[in-house]
Amino acid sequence: MVEWSEQERSIITGIFANLDYEEIGAKALCRCLIVYPWTQRYFGSFGNLYNADAIKTNPNIAAHGVKILHGLDRAVKNMDNIKAAYAELSVLHSEKLHVDPDNFKLLADCLTIVVAAKLGSSFTADTQAAWQKFLAVVVSALGRQYH
Amino acid sequence: MLSEKEKRLIKDIWDRLTPVAEDIGSDALNRMFVTHPGSKTYFSHLDISPRSPHLLSHGKKIVLAIVEGAKDISQLTATLAPLQTLHAYIFRIDPSNFKLFSHCVLVTLACFLGEDFTPVAHAAMDKFLSAFAAVLAEKYR
Repeated sequence: MVEWSEQERSIITGIFANLDYEEIGAKALCRCLIVYPWTQRYFGSFGNLYNADAIKTNPNIAAHGVKILHGLDRAVKNMDNIKAAYAELSVLHSEKLHVDPDNFKLLADCLTIVVAAKLGSSFTADTQAAWQKFLAVVVSALGRQYH
Repeated sequence: MLSEKEKRLIKDIWDRLTPVAEDIGSDALNRMFVTHPGSKTYFSHLDISPRSPHLLSHGKKIVLAIVEGAKDISQLTATLAPLQTLHAYIFRIDPSNFKLFSHCVLVTLACFLGEDFTPVAHAAMDKFLSAFAAVLAEKYR
């Protein structure tokens, strides 16, 4: 089981409490599709992804980014058992969506960059460490049910 | 593969950050040490506490090498030849650390540049730093 210090818990809940899901969710997914273009393979039915501008203005991508970010709420609410909390979503990503679990880390890294750009100097090294630890646990949980 | 446009973008960013090389470099190093304590093992001979003189000077050295590389990306192997030898035979830093450090550089850039660190700039920078790390590790074996 993952151990969280009081400081780590407060960093994570603090970031989510002040998060603009509409802005950050959309930006994180867009960035992932631009920085790691092979991830576009999962979004064939989402419309025009031809170039960075098309991706940035694509409303389907923006909406999906928000949906994904809200998916992290489950982890924030269940920090002491993220593995169990994501069992169902893991099965979904494996059996129905067929997403390569290595891609979860790519999106997590883009989310980190977007949050860092938003928070600037207040995204300290300690904040980054707690944030990355949190995302790593979620990424691991999402990949758990693949077989 | 970097387009001409991307190479210009990368050069512009590093030119802009040269005056604060020390801050960028030490910030990225500190982020790496805090998020991956194993990376500190290569610096047991230095004081790498945040903003220490060693950390600042080391961070500056690294960023200035990146700046040099960015000046003519097509010549990366020639530019980095002496550093390749140093890393392969003297430092022998496990190359997985290059990836960690590159990620921390990207985070530092995001914190410094905010909105200016656009997805396109991020993509170009990620490709450049990956290429830089790969060239740096070329003499390892």
